[in-house]
Amino acid sequence: MLSRTADHLFWMSRYTERAENTARMLDVHVQTGLLPQSIEDVEKGWRAVLGISELTHAYDKKYSVVTQKDVIDFMVRDPSNSSSIASCLKQARENARAVRGALTTEAWEIQNATWIKMQGYLQTNALEQNPSEFFEWVKHRSHLSRGVTIGTMLKDEAFHFIRLGTFLERADNTARIIDVKFHGAKEGAYTKNLQNGQRQSQEQDSIADPQIDFYYWAAILRSVSGFEIYRKVYRDVITPARVADLLILRPDMPRSLLSCMEQVVGNLKHVHNDTSSDTERFAGKLHADLKFSNLEEILDAGLHDYLTRFFERIFELGNRISRDFLVPLNT
Amino acid sequence: MANFFDEMYSDGNSSVRPHYSEFSNWLNAQTAETIARKRAEADLIFRRVGITFAVYGNDAGTERLIPFDIIPRIIHAQEWAVLEAGLIQRVKALNMFIHDIYHDQNIVKAGVIPAEQIFRNAQYRPEMQGISVASDIYAHIAGVDIVRAGQGEFYVLEDNLRVPSGVSYMLENRKMMMRLFPELFLRHKIAPVDHYPDMLLDNLRSVAPVGVTDPTVVVMTPGMYNSAYFEHAFLAQQMGVELVEGQDLFVNDNHVYMRTTRGPKRVDVIYRRIDDDYLDPLAFRPDSSLGVPGLLSVYRAGNVTLANAIGTGVADDKSVYPFVPDMVQFYLSEKPILNNVPTFQCRKKEDLQYTLDNLKDLVVKEVHGAGGYGMLVGPASTKQEIEDFRQRVIAKPDGYISQPTLALSACPTYVESGIAPRHLDLRPFVLSGKNVSLVRGGLTRVALKEGSLVVNSSQGGGTKDTWILEK
Repeated sequence: MLSRTADHLFWMSRYTERAENTARMLDVHVQTGLLPQSIEDVEKGWRAVLGISELTHAYDKKYSVVTQKDVIDFMVRDPSNSSSIASCLKQARENARAVRGALTTEAWEIQNATWIKMQGYLQTNALEQNPSEFFEWVKHRSHLSRGVTIGTMLKDEAFHFIRLGTFLERADNTARIIDVKFHGAKEGAYTKNLQNGQRQSQEQDSIADPQIDFYYWAAILRSVSGFEIYRKVYRDVITPARVADLLILRPDMPRSLLSCMEQVVGNLKHVHNDTSSDTERFAGKLHADLKFSNLEEILDAGLHDYLTRFFERIFELGNRISRDFLVPLNT
Repeated sequence: MANFFDEMYSDGNSSVRPHYSEFSNWLNAQTAETIARKRAEADLIFRRVGITFAVYGNDAGTERLIPFDIIPRIIHAQEWAVLEAGLIQRVKALNMFIHDIYHDQNIVKAGVIPAEQIFRNAQYRPEMQGISVASDIYAHIAGVDIVRAGQGEFYVLEDNLRVPSGVSYMLENRKMMMRLFPELFLRHKIAPVDHYPDMLLDNLRSVAPVGVTDPTVVVMTPGMYNSAYFEHAFLAQQMGVELVEGQDLFVNDNHVYMRTTRGPKRVDVIYRRIDDDYLDPLAFRPDSSLGVPGLLSVYRAGNVTLANAIGTGVADDKSVYPFVPDMVQFYLSEKPILNNVPTFQCRKKEDLQYTLDNLKDLVVKEVHGAGGYGMLVGPASTKQEIEDFRQRVIAKPDGYISQPTLALSACPTYVESGIAPRHLDLRPFVLSGKNVSLVRGGLTRVALKEGSLVVNSSQGGGTKDTWILEK
């Protein structure tokens, strides 16, 4: 298929997935914001969201203080923020429109209808009234988009490039969700279990309320649809270490880093061409590193550093895929 | 202007024409609520499916729906048979004319058309002189605009031989009518149009470069911000071929290739929906980023087919239009079946004088104009507009033609105040390759403003489904 067509399909699904994960991340923040905590902690939490999305600078240019309302406004509605949910859904639709002939009619109509409905949403204050309901809607549209792809499209190259975009983006986004929550938690009271006695929390004197602890980690799990999975897999209390294990290393957890990389490697194999061997090897190594490591190793090396390294490799992989198959990025 | 032919009613609206009677009965049995609901449904579906056209100018980048009217334009079988024969005859002659112009120029030598009409025409492409194209076909897809006037006689208004658009609306309008009112299709025998993309693909494959047995066909678009992008994407999808932009193609070793995820792939037939000027920056406009550098040289070498060919504009130009009936006589030795609208060529002294003396009654058009831009409809214009146009014609007489203002036929149409007659035209699509053929149907465009004769979508026109009834 045309390189440009593949490029549009790849980005269509990346933007759709990004919108979904942004909605997930914002939703978990709104949820945990309902727990009793100090104003400083709330602000710190939203700062972390901006930071991990690499939006701190752009936000600060526009606003002087961090409030939930402004952060949500910036990350959902703002057309000047190219990562806002509105921007992502628009770009997903624009990419789909550019290659609508390569999609099934149903697949195109889902993208188009989402975009139309999105514009309707932005004209009301439904988002302010009930942000969770809106985030839920974004997730549903993403589910629909994936479902219609799997349910109606020929399993040809177009399909594999769409899937590649989905899982590459999800790998990146899940890693960011983990990072922001564990990073945020490091300074709060929620880390006592994670340290497991091996390393000392800086905040020894903070009072860890096990109940708040539970809600905090449960919210994170819910943000990646992992709460019920956790119960099923571990049949035990929620500990941060197990949460990290589930979201990073479980091959059967559909949003874990390992599972995403498995899909990336599999879809890459299907679109193999004469110049792509190096890229496949690169992806294979990243996959193997996840598959054959364990949580202790990762925690010993430092979770944040580990995840940062992971983003970098995902970024590099995206560039390589562009170079080998798509329209190379101008960097 | 009050006197015009009504497609549905005869005898001053007192009786329904026989071929509309079944529809009329059905319409009378519908409640206003049903119709309102169905019209809203159509609007919603068109928007959801994304059947839109992009708007140029102030609202650049926005997309609009072309208004769709649910009352069909119905043509009975005998009338269509005449139209079809006339269209095939006309397009055959036009293709022979273009071939002649770029080879021996017999029609000029015979004195049928003055040489300067051809060679001083901006649409004449010297690059095409002496070049052979597959099957000697230049206008593979022609969209011939037909109007009905006076007592109901048909006239050809324009032969669109460059990149005529609108066929996707013919197909989508039919799909919409079948979706909204399936019962109507049980009560009428309506010629189907859905096989158009198959015919088009067949036609394009039949004009592949010599020696290519399994040609790769592509549709070439200027991109998603072009007003007809929906149609480009639609046709590519329906034919199952790639939709390419200039940046997807490159020339190597005197062949055209497209960049694919598996490396370069050779392209044999390009159904291009992009004007001559933008095709190849090395040959035409150097600032064009829409084209493919080197394409012309591949084309001249006969290694790729362009549909339509380069330089067809020399045959559909409004200054050449008056000669088309002569072409039919000259090449086919037949009497033209379809009428031309009487045309005054302002390049001629006496025609110019007549035009200037009668501006308020005439339609004046730029010879290179299209899309309803750059024209004057005398009876519908203010004194000031007429005077402004007069200066333009005087400044450049050979840039204009004029025609009597035809009382275009009208068809009942839903408007804000209810149902009222609105003027319309018809664009059937004629395919030329190994054979000349067309589906029984076309795009009916309707001017939604009361009294307006301008049907172009860019000027607020709408569309209707077009039914050709079987015998």
